[in-house]
Amino acid sequence: MDTLILSRIQFGANISFHILFPTITIALGWVLLFFKLRFRWTGDAKWMQAYRFWVKVFALSFAMGVVSGITMSFQFGTNWPGFMETVGNIAGPLLAYEVMTAFFLEAVFLGIMLFGASRVPDWLHTTATFLVAFGTTMSAFWILVLNSWMHTPAGFEMRDGVAFATDWWAIIFNPSMPYRLVHMLIASGLTCAFLIAGLSAFRWLWGDRSEGVRATLAFGASLGAVLIPVQILVGDMHGLNTLEHQPQKVAAMEGNWETGPNVPLLLFAIPDEDARENRFEIGIPNGASLILKHKADGVVPGLNDFVTEDGEVLHPPVSKVFYSFRVMIGTGVAMLFLSWAAVALMLRRHPEGGRRGVEGLPKPVLWAFVAMAFSGWLATLAGWYTTEIGRQPWLVEGVLMTRDAVADVPAPLVLGTLITYLVVYAALILAYVSVLFYLARKAAKGESLPERATPGSGAAEVQLLQPGE
Amino acid sequence: MELFGDPAVWLPFTFAALMGLSILIYVVLDGFDLGVGVLFPFAEPAERDRMIASIGPFWDANETWLVLAIGILLVAFPSAHGAILTALYLPVAVMLIGLILRGVAFEFRAKAPLTQKRAWDGAFYAGSLMTSLAQGFMLGLYIMGLEQSWATYGFAILTAVFLTVGYSFIGATWLILKTESALQRKAVDWAKGGIWGLVLGLGAISAASPLVSPRIFDKWFSMPEFLYLAPFPILSGLLVLGLWRGLQRLPAEGDKGAWQPFAGSIALFTLAFLGLAYSFYPYVVPEKLTIYEAASAPESLIIILVGTCFVLPAILAYTALAYVIFRGKATELSYD
Repeated sequence: MDTLILSRIQFGANISFHILFPTITIALGWVLLFFKLRFRWTGDAKWMQAYRFWVKVFALSFAMGVVSGITMSFQFGTNWPGFMETVGNIAGPLLAYEVMTAFFLEAVFLGIMLFGASRVPDWLHTTATFLVAFGTTMSAFWILVLNSWMHTPAGFEMRDGVAFATDWWAIIFNPSMPYRLVHMLIASGLTCAFLIAGLSAFRWLWGDRSEGVRATLAFGASLGAVLIPVQILVGDMHGLNTLEHQPQKVAAMEGNWETGPNVPLLLFAIPDEDARENRFEIGIPNGASLILKHKADGVVPGLNDFVTEDGEVLHPPVSKVFYSFRVMIGTGVAMLFLSWAAVALMLRRHPEGGRRGVEGLPKPVLWAFVAMAFSGWLATLAGWYTTEIGRQPWLVEGVLMTRDAVADVPAPLVLGTLITYLVVYAALILAYVSVLFYLARKAAKGESLPERATPGSGAAEVQLLQPGE
Repeated sequence: MELFGDPAVWLPFTFAALMGLSILIYVVLDGFDLGVGVLFPFAEPAERDRMIASIGPFWDANETWLVLAIGILLVAFPSAHGAILTALYLPVAVMLIGLILRGVAFEFRAKAPLTQKRAWDGAFYAGSLMTSLAQGFMLGLYIMGLEQSWATYGFAILTAVFLTVGYSFIGATWLILKTESALQRKAVDWAKGGIWGLVLGLGAISAASPLVSPRIFDKWFSMPEFLYLAPFPILSGLLVLGLWRGLQRLPAEGDKGAWQPFAGSIALFTLAFLGLAYSFYPYVVPEKLTIYEAASAPESLIIILVGTCFVLPAILAYTALAYVIFRGKATELSYD
């Protein structure tokens, strides 16, 4: 393997590992603010129980996100110097604004949010919680602006092979940004919803009947049920936007080789990139035409349009995009079934009056939630693979090829560091998931959760369990 | 924006100054929390919790200064970013893995089952050590003009050790400020044991950088510059002496002067940094690329600068707020 493919795998591995944690924290920050405000308004201790459990998950996830994010700011230079040399004038300010408006905000106020509750007035602690949530969302905003610009560049001109900004408004609000940003934020909401529901179901199955776990189980399932249809709609709009700006990516997602009308929606196929055709196709007639053009004889672009006359392939690798897209859709459909089934079960009337609520969830549904606790990760990664591999062979669509940006570092060196990263990442994911379930088991057994340090923080606890004023 | 003269001149200078400021703040702030990590094996398990508590609310924001510094290098001097980081590929990877390990160990040691706590303590120490050594190695290689040979590696290994000891020194002075009784007395001993690393490190760098580059030699040892610059070594020497004498008197009655060693080490780091900055200016890649050649387009730098003028004071203000809120001796940390 050469330096190019190894560097791509390395960056892909880093960014995949990284995105797992922001995907949780972006939404979880707002959820924590919600728990805290509910507690202030209702005085119901269950919301403080929920806050105290989930703030631990937040702190752990946040740390994982921070350290894996630092890696990437270095790898732009170590592995992809051509990126900043070519589009640094545009990417630079966007990254700078991310650091300045988001990173410091979240990092500083995280300290106050986690450890400051007994040292600052409650309103300041609530403000800190808000600023952390706001900071993570700002961070998502800037990085998705840059990412979207790499897919649909606008507001610039090329001079001597270097991009210069001409219109910052057009750069920031580039054509795919609104769709991508909303799609990602909802993905974060869904990841968080299913994680909350999954761990809460796990605690329930371990015999935890506390008010806190009832609240979070119902909250997670309901949040999932509300967000998933919105996500399907937004995802469809995002797809149509991609069709307009990156038709070759949509062609790969659909596994469609020839441009033409009445294109089927392939449920399954094995794309053969050498023969340039699919094998074992199972499809719904006219499906792709209907989804993409909203009529049965709508013309859908095909991959063969993106091969130059001298045979250079300018479309992405087909099977990776094709399968990733189906994994994302499949996970989304499973999320839809499970969350709607759960909400329907919870809304059933109890013979003695009232709704059944969490008690109405049978064991298989609870186990399904446990199994899908990390389904948001799967869908998010599959979605990112679809869109990022779908951008190949371009690094910046139409501006810079990936192969032209890679560093001239010896392949063995890249391979060596890649293996080290992979080992560390695998160990950390294992540790992360097992600690989350460990915390859930401890909470279910009613044991106090391990605090950071020596005991003796009782005073602060009692004080905090009083309602707001 | 012609107000200040040619933007292709003052903008790169401004950004070089901002980057320098970020690096300096990073070295001081993350220096002390990395140092605390490096000192971990010398402490009893019970004391480790208190050491962690002393850096808990700060370490994340401290590391963000590294992201800002590398971010400015990336956005203001993109070609230098590529040239420097590809030359430092391996130490950067070691540092990143170190940063990952220590950052997550920080959380895991408090949340994983108690039986795993020692292992995570080990990861925290190993990560802190890897990060410090890698940064010192990079510093050494940078001073050697990013040349790759056994001789430059040898020098880089020396600076790696000295910077690590230097970090553990500033970490110890932080602990003197933030802790009490037995742990504080230990910290005083650690600081006494670590000050030599700082002295040798400063000495080695001061001696080596003029020898490597005739240009740097001329900047320091020609008249009248030599006279103007004389306060640098003199002040540094006085600071070292003051630190040494101050440490003999600690811990004192009523915790008097517990802040002095930390303040002294900040001053010493600052002087050393200013000296280095003076030596290397105007180069960002030593002897190869100046800040003026490497700078991004003025229209891109302006848009960052405008934001910086608003945001940087706010960052400094709320960073100061965090240090005020968590002032005083470190107490147990708990999530509230």
